[in-house]
Amino acid sequence: MKDLVYLPDVVTLGLCESTCNGCGMCIKVCPHDVFELSGKKAHIVNRDYCMECGACAMNCPLQAITVNSGVGCAAGIINGILRNTEPTCGCSESNVNCC
Amino acid sequence: MNNSFLTGTLSIADSIIPVVSDKIRFKDFIGAVRVRWGIKRDNYRVNPGLYAIGSPGQESDVFVSANYKLSFDALRKNLSGENGWILVLDTKGVNVWCAAGKGTFGTKELVSRIRTVSLEKIVNHRRLILPQLGATGVAAYKVKDETGFNVHYGPVRASDIKKFIINGYRADRDMRKVTFGFRDRIKLIPNDFMYGKYWLMGAMAILFLISGIGNEGLSYKDFSGEGGPAILKVFLGYVSGIVITPMFLPYIPGRHFSLKGFYAGSMVFLILIMLKYSSGNIIEILSWFLIITTISSFLAMNFTGSSTYTSLSGVKKEMKISVPFQIGFALIGLVLQVVGKLI
Repeated sequence: MKDLVYLPDVVTLGLCESTCNGCGMCIKVCPHDVFELSGKKAHIVNRDYCMECGACAMNCPLQAITVNSGVGCAAGIINGILRNTEPTCGCSESNVNCC
Repeated sequence: MNNSFLTGTLSIADSIIPVVSDKIRFKDFIGAVRVRWGIKRDNYRVNPGLYAIGSPGQESDVFVSANYKLSFDALRKNLSGENGWILVLDTKGVNVWCAAGKGTFGTKELVSRIRTVSLEKIVNHRRLILPQLGATGVAAYKVKDETGFNVHYGPVRASDIKKFIINGYRADRDMRKVTFGFRDRIKLIPNDFMYGKYWLMGAMAILFLISGIGNEGLSYKDFSGEGGPAILKVFLGYVSGIVITPMFLPYIPGRHFSLKGFYAGSMVFLILIMLKYSSGNIIEILSWFLIITTISSFLAMNFTGSSTYTSLSGVKKEMKISVPFQIGFALIGLVLQVVGKLI
């Protein structure tokens, strides 16, 4: 099946290539094949595939990656607006597919 | 919570570890069906801690999981025939990916769980295998600093775990990628369907009340003829957004989920017209178009939360465009509905 791609040119993903030491952790944790390793540096090759889950930034030992991660979920954003907080899952603790 | 998956205990390094079965029984299957439909979800937890599968020793691998029973079952089923340890984190009964996003499947919980079960005494290696989707909450390098254990991110799907081990603890590109195929999507439908049930009932009630308005003013005597069809049309808008849009997601044009939902709702409306189900004057027909497509669009937009590829920034952008349209459509639809009854 072809890859599903959401809206183009919106994600907040950033990578500081001069800080990167090429450990490759971001490639291992990314669920959407956003990064590639070449010349001992990671590069963003599929930016629009990014879903801002934050796994890469979380696991980058040099903090070379920044992303404004959060729930890509309309209900979560509405909850956030209603409660005046960050977008959050409003579903019960044990809801499986809340975002 | 039933613990029918426990088969005995095992003694190692002064600890007594419960042993779990690698078989999924009929009871587990029924539980899975129930939990998908949102019935007794809160009971579907496994006690956090360390478990054994097969007859593991000090060399055996340690697999980390969430205490949501569906996650746990998927892991033990796919470890059948292997000997290993399963370290269950307390994720409050939430699956790995959602829990990682919330931080409950996280560095802090993993570090403290390793210490609670004294994992360093039970195994003589320092390898942990985590599901890849747990990476959103766990910083591997911090776990290494604090406990000495090396986190190896395994495949996204538990079904690839044996391949991952044979591969020398390396997940290849396909194992790392999250997909969102037909089966993945339809599994999520029941829970979403149940989740919005009160909104559905509310919308049905409003349109049912409006359907009773007669052309001699507010006379409420028309329920018998139009109340049923009104409820059905609302229901079809709901089905369009929550069932049809997710099912055909890749094939419906547009990238915005709300637009996909609008198209699906338009198709449902066209079918109703072709079946000559939508009676009434042109204003009523237009009103039903607006109402059905808005319900479908709004619910489809909410499916962004279940999808595996939408970003927060993207959904915010989508909502800025779509929500004003949805509010406008809904208000105009309701006004026309009343006007159509009165003329």
